[in-house]
This record gives sequence, C-alpha cells and structure tokens, in this order.
Amino acid sequence: MDNLLSIVTFLPALAALILLVFLRGDDEAANRNAKWLALIATSATFLISLFILAQFDPENTGFQMVEQGEWLLGLQYKMGVDGISVLFVMLTTFMMPLVIAASWDVSHRVKEYMIAFLILETLMLGVFMALDLVLFYLFFEAGLIPMFLIIGIWGGKNRIYASFKFFLYTFLGSVLMLVAMVAMFADAGTTDIEQLMVHQFGSETFSLLGVQIVGGLQTMLFLAFFASFAVKMPMWPVHTWLPDAHVQAPTAGSVVLAAILLKMGGYGFLRFSLPMFPVGADVLTPLVLWMSAIAIVYTSLVALVQEDMKKLIAYSSVAHMGYVTMGIFAGNQQGIDGAIFQMISHGFISGALFLCVGVIYDRMHTRDIDAYGGLVNRMPAYALIFMLFTMANVGLPGTSGFIGEFLTLMGIFQVNTWIAAVATSGVILSAAYALWLYRRVVMGDLIKESLKTITDMTRRERAIFAPLVIATILFGVYPAPILDTIGPSVEALVSNYQTALAAAETATQVAANQ
Amino acid sequence: MLSADLGIILPEIILAIYAMLALLGAVYTVKDGAASLLVWVTSGLFLAIAVWIGLTGAGTNVAFNGMFVDDGFARFAKIVILVSAAAVLLMSEAYMTRRGLLRFEYPLLIALAVVGMMMMVSAGDLMALYMGLELQSLALYVVASLRRDSLKSTEAGLKYFVLGALSSGLLLYGASLVYGYSGTTLFSGIIQTAVHGDLSLGLLFGLVFLISGLAFKVSAVPFHMWTPDVYEGSPTPVTAFFATAPKVAAMGLFARVMHDAFGAAVSDWSQVIALLSVLSMFLGAIAAIGQTDIKRLMAFSSIAHMGYALMGLAAGTAFGVQAMLIYMAIYVTMNVGTFAFILSMSRDGQPVSNIASLNMYSKREPGKALAMLVLLFSLAGVPPLVGFFGKLYVLRAAYEAGLAWLAIAGVIASVIGAFYYLRIVFYMYFGQERDDALDKSGSPVLWGMLMASSVIMVVGVVNLFGIEGAAAAAAATLVN
Repeated sequence: MDNLLSIVTFLPALAALILLVFLRGDDEAANRNAKWLALIATSATFLISLFILAQFDPENTGFQMVEQGEWLLGLQYKMGVDGISVLFVMLTTFMMPLVIAASWDVSHRVKEYMIAFLILETLMLGVFMALDLVLFYLFFEAGLIPMFLIIGIWGGKNRIYASFKFFLYTFLGSVLMLVAMVAMFADAGTTDIEQLMVHQFGSETFSLLGVQIVGGLQTMLFLAFFASFAVKMPMWPVHTWLPDAHVQAPTAGSVVLAAILLKMGGYGFLRFSLPMFPVGADVLTPLVLWMSAIAIVYTSLVALVQEDMKKLIAYSSVAHMGYVTMGIFAGNQQGIDGAIFQMISHGFISGALFLCVGVIYDRMHTRDIDAYGGLVNRMPAYALIFMLFTMANVGLPGTSGFIGEFLTLMGIFQVNTWIAAVATSGVILSAAYALWLYRRVVMGDLIKESLKTITDMTRRERAIFAPLVIATILFGVYPAPILDTIGPSVEALVSNYQTALAAAETATQVAANQ
Repeated sequence: MLSADLGIILPEIILAIYAMLALLGAVYTVKDGAASLLVWVTSGLFLAIAVWIGLTGAGTNVAFNGMFVDDGFARFAKIVILVSAAAVLLMSEAYMTRRGLLRFEYPLLIALAVVGMMMMVSAGDLMALYMGLELQSLALYVVASLRRDSLKSTEAGLKYFVLGALSSGLLLYGASLVYGYSGTTLFSGIIQTAVHGDLSLGLLFGLVFLISGLAFKVSAVPFHMWTPDVYEGSPTPVTAFFATAPKVAAMGLFARVMHDAFGAAVSDWSQVIALLSVLSMFLGAIAAIGQTDIKRLMAFSSIAHMGYALMGLAAGTAFGVQAMLIYMAIYVTMNVGTFAFILSMSRDGQPVSNIASLNMYSKREPGKALAMLVLLFSLAGVPPLVGFFGKLYVLRAAYEAGLAWLAIAGVIASVIGAFYYLRIVFYMYFGQERDDALDKSGSPVLWGMLMASSVIMVVGVVNLFGIEGAAAAAAATLVN
C-alpha cells in the first residue's frame, strides 16, 4: 500500500462525510447508527494504523512511507512518519475508539457530535504526518474548528466563554507561526520539512528597533513558533485557557484535549524548533527551562486548592507538560526520550483520569470534590481503576508515568542541576494533590445521602478502561517497545542539534577572530 | 483601424447596446412585467460574455491609441466581475419579486454598472478611467435608493451619491495634476515621467489624490465612512452587489493605475497603500465587534477584507498583484454565499438582519447552518478553508516585498476579526432556542448559491480550481 498514511488520515473524514450526507433523521435508530458508524470507523482506522507500525523500521532515522504530490503555490502534499511521529499517530488512533465508546450516552445532536470527533481525528493525524510546513499548519489550525464546536455545543454551563477563549487564544498563538512560515518559505525557497531541517537559517546577530537580537533570524523564527506551541502545550504563563476548556468540555472532549491535542505542542518543538532553529533554541533554552520549572511547581500548587475535579486534573496536565518541555530543551538523549515517553504515557493516564471523572459525573452530574466521598464502599471496581491512574499520575514506579518523569529529570540533571532540583519537588507536590484528591473522593465512609444509590462501573465502562490499564502497566514495566522505536530518531535529532550548535559556535569564533 | 478598435471592445459594446435596447423596449411595452425575464436574460448574457472572454481572449490588445487595454489582467478581472454580478442578480430575483421591489430598471442598471466596471479594469488612460468609474457609480447610486418608499434606502443612495461625488472630485483633481505635470493622460505616457527619484511634487500630489479617490471606491480606511450606512440602508440584494463586483473592479482599477501609470515609482506609493491596508484591517476587525446588524457587520468585514487585498497591492510586485487577484476571487465567492444566506433570513416574510435572530438556527436548518459555518470560518481565514489561502498569498507577497510588519499586523487583525465571525457561529449553534425563529423557506436559487459557495470553500483546498495559474498569467501582463 503506497498511500497507507493518507488512508489512515482520511478514513475518519470519509466516515464523517457519509454521516453528513446519508444519515437522516434525529430518532433513536439514527443516533445508534451514527454511534456505531463512528465506532467502526475509528476502530478500523486503528487496525489499519497497525500496518504503519508493522512496516515502520525504527533503525531508519529518516522519514518513511513518504507520499508526495504537487499542491498550490509551490507547496506540497507530503506525508510521512519517523520515529518521533509514529507513536503519536498510534496514540491518536488508539485513543479515538475509546473516546467514541465513552460518548455512548450522548443524546444531544449525536450525529453532529460524531462528525465533529471524526473530523478532529483526521486533522490530528494529519498534524503528526504532514511533512510540509503549510500542510502542517493547515491540520494544526483546522483542529480548532471542531474543538470549538465540541466545547461550545456539548459543553457545560460556562461553555461559551471557554470555547471563545480556547479559540482566540490558540489562534493568536499560531498566526505568528504562520508569518514565520512565510518567512521560512522566503528564506529557504521550500516548505518541505525534510529540506528545511538541513537548511541553515541565518543566525547572525542583528538589531531590530535598537534591540540586539542574538541568534538573529533563528531566534525570531523560534519565538514565533514558540508562541504557538507554548500556547498549545500549554506552558506557564499562557496555560490559562486549558483549565477553562477542560472543565467546560464534555468528557470525550477533555480526553481528546488532554491525550492528543496537548501533544501537538511538544511534537512541534521536536519537529521544528530544535532541528530547524538550533541556535535560536540554544539562545532561549534557559528561558524555556525556567518556565517549565515554574510551571511544574506553580501549577502543582494551584492544583492542590482546586475544588473541581476536572480543573485539578487540568492543572496537573500543565505540570506534566512542564516535564515534557524541560526534557525536550535539555537537548540530550535521555531528556528527549523521556519527553516523548512522558507525552505518550500522559496520553493514556490523563485520558483515563478524565474518563474516571466522566464516570461519576454521568451518575451525579457534578464535578465538585466536596460532593463525593467514600465511593469505595459502593464502587470497588471504580476505586481500583481510579487508584491505578492516580498512582500513575503521581509517577509511581511500575507505571508508565514513572519512566517519563525519571528520564526527563535524568536528562535535565546533566544540563542544569538547579532546574532538576526545582522540578523534582514537583514529584512530591503531584503526589500531594493526586492522593489528596483520591482520599476525598474515594476513601472514608459513605455518608452523603445522594451517593447511597450510586452504582459501580458498567461493562461498557470497564471495557473502555481495560486497554488503558494494560498500556499504563505494560509500558511502566517494560518501556522498551516505545524507547526502541523512538531511540534512533531521537539520537539523530540530538546529534544534529549538537553538531549545528558546535558549527554555529565555530562560525562565531571565526568571525570574532577576523 | 476603427473596426479593429471596435472589435476589441465588442463585449462592452454588446452589453451597452443590450441595456439601452432593453430599456427602451421595456418602457414602451410591459414595463415591470418583463423584470423577471430581464433578470434572467441579463445574467445569462453576463455568463455568456464571461465564457466568451475566457475562451477567446488572447494576448494584449490596445484600442483607441491606448485608451483601452485588453490584456490578461483585464480579462481575469472581467470574468470575476461578470460571474459575480450574474450570481448576485440571480439571487435578487426571488427576494425582490416577493417584496414588490423588482423593477425592470434594476437588471439594466446593473448591466450598465458592469459595462462601467469592464471599462475601469481596461482603462489605459485617465479619461477612460473616469468614464468607467462614473458610469459604474451613477448606476450604483440609483440602485442604492431602489426602495423609493424607504427612508433608509433613499438616505443610503443620497449618502453614497454625495460622498461618491466628493471622491470623484478628489480623483479628478489628482488626474488634472497628473496631466499637468506629465503632459499626457495616457498611462503609457505617465509612466515615462513618473520615475522614482525624479518625481515632481505635482505628480506626487496628483498620485496621492488619485489614491484617495480610488481608496474611497474600495472603501479603505480612512475613506470608508459611507460603507456601513450604504450597506445597511440599501435593499439586501443591492448590498450583496456592492460587496462583490464593484469591489473587484475598483481593486482592478487601483492595480492598473498603480502599475501601468506609476509602475516606475513603486516605492512612492507602496507605503501609502500599506498604511491604508493596515488601517482597514484593524478598523474592519474592531468596529465589527459591536455590530448587531448582519449587513453592517458585513460592511466592516468587507472593509477588513479590502485591507488584506491592499496588502497584496502594497507589495508592488507581480506576485502581489497575483495574490490580490486570488484574494478578490475568493472574497467574492465567499460573499456571494454569505449574502445568499442573509437574503434567505426572514421572519413572516419580512427580511430580518438582526444577528440575534439566528439563535439556534442550526437546530431548524442544519444544512444551511453548516454551510454558513464553513463560510464564516473561511471569512475568518481559518484553514483548511479557501479563505485561508487568500490570506497566505497576500502575507507571502507582503513579506517578500519587505513588509514583514504589515504581515504581522495583518495576522493580528485576523485574530481580532475572528471574534465576530465566531459570534455568528455562537448564535447559530450555542444559543438558546426562541419562539420567534426565522422562516424555514428560502428560494432554491439562494440555497444553491449558499451550498455551492461553501462546497467551493472546502473542495478548493485541493487546487483552488486552477485560478492560481490564471492569476499569475494575469499579473504577469500587468507588471513587467
């Protein structure tokens, strides 16, 4: 199959088109058909995407399964995967059937709901596979439309505010990236990501409006991309859209947001910022590292005082993404390995945690922590699963959360001990807020009258959690499949990065000696 | 010689003769009874001429000693003008008939306006420029006040006329200065004298006045004041017309004057246009936020869009002109669809233009709401819709011409602008259901236009229907 990647990418969109054109009516049967079609389409996408994994050769550090075609304006339709992106593709196809299954009880405008999620899946897959700047931007930005609608139509009470904030915040971040892309196009004459990775963007210091820009064009381009990815990630202090979006989004929307959409920022850093603007990245690394360290500590503290479960998990996501940026900008093998691992594992864990909130929200229609307590008495299975993911969130050895955090901390320790020290305190804080949440919701006696009739998880709910439980424990005990897949590509990335830095260093010295 | 000249302007002659004969014929026979027929015939004629120009036009032909230029650029603009005018005319028919507004003069005035626009984009001389511009404007002043019994409509017509006359005065004054200092009204003569670094003060003054007059026609800030009132007051089909074909014609004329007559002094006017552009983008984006009337909102939206089109022009390169042409073609397509939607907004048969009346529209008419959603995101410039590519072209043109600041300002304005498009989405999809919902009906023509335009916005991402190459060829004939 020559165009396997395109098939995987556009299969969900095709299903959405079928729903849009052929499914009529708003009755029970139509809704059921919409759900089943969406579930079948996403499952089929996952199964077909297994072929990508099977064909993928980890030892080859270049792009594989590349498809290429002419497009407008000298742009290209070019798709491909390498060790860095292939696992994000798998994460997306793996999570989507679970997301659809978790939305089985949606009763409000089901057809549109399923269409939105299917389109979203196509766009997310496109982001991870696109090998053309503008094609990447296209997928990256287009994802805002379905997510805006998902939050706005199926969201909670304050959904309007959250959806507008989400859209405008991320839109503002990424339009600057668009200008940077135009600048790169003008400078390099191509938008092909493969060629841009070997193109040398100017790094001579110049002055702009009287300010000396160290690293020159590269720093400017880095900042423009950073504006976009930092918002998407989200990094402190531009993270404030995330708690709002998470709290207001429906459960499935939160899961997609936490498990996949947030990873686009980290992926962007690895795909663009480090390989294309090494000098710019090097100039701004201290800033990014300190922002990450602050994010880890500050948002963990904020998470401690939350009264809304989703908000608490949202803040914990920001903290965990802090480890990711820290690992990426450590710029060494352990750091970046850990960052990618952390992103994949956070995909399972945060997704599962939002699903856990969804389970009790569906029963009680509240996310207030105070409304719960002693759930273990009536929901033993739920208590067990929630405990597993709470522990994974804390980073307990034996779960996948541990490997990622440990590797990023190891990476950063070699670069900057102070930041490592600050970040490590975040591990303790995360234990504090996560365990305290668990104690307040699950432990203790069941005294609240409203909870007396609550029922344990249904078979459907258990089935949704099963793959996530397996993945979390499997990769916690045996992380080799992931690390072996990403290893060679990360190694190539790191060595290119260090070579580029060394070359720039020599060039500066030569210029200084003359 | 004369017959060769007439051959070159044959499309314009046919259209003009048709308009006059039809006018006489209708006056002496059935009067308004023929109005519907005339609408169909006129738009059929527009389309036929568009096809004719598209298929047979070749090379650069000059008529009347350079007063009239028929080149690739003119043909591209003419086709866009003719097709959009035909589309708008077809959309107006059902709306105007239902409200007793349809008079036989309407299609004929539009036909005369279109002749004027075709003259504008082909002008090779200051006199031809003025002739085309006035023919277009006079016809438009009349259609703006087509609804004689409505205070707002007559006010719109009068405002448009007074301010339009003022701008024509500015333009004429500029033209006379340019003539005085260059000794010729021919663009090909002016370009010999108007050379950068050697530009006399009088020519510079003339240039600025010319730009002011033209900026009025494209409603660029600070010459935009008439736009919201005229858009709001005119009958909706007329507003739809104002927002499409005349804008293309004015932009085409703008590009032609700047490149054909002042092409040797690009750096003297590119900063002026860049300023017009940035002001238009920001005013259009910010002022639209508070609007409650969708027609006024579209007026500000069109001001902002003109700002982006001017960004391409400000680049002063062939690629800039190409970007501007593509932007205008996309803009017109989006506006035809959007106005098809606005025309179908009614309650108990009465036209409604209040945005709040769209509350939960998606529940009642999911298909139309979805099409409008696509158009709104396209207007906002969100990928993967075609509106984004228009922005991409002009951004690239501006950046490559060294106007990086303009590109950055443009994208920031587009984020502000996104807010008000989202607000319409908010009413349609997130609102509360109300009793006084809009009528479900709508003519099949409107439905077809809306759907076609939104499908184009999605499918166009594949290759923009090949207009890239056509626009590049058109731009190459203008700038060399």
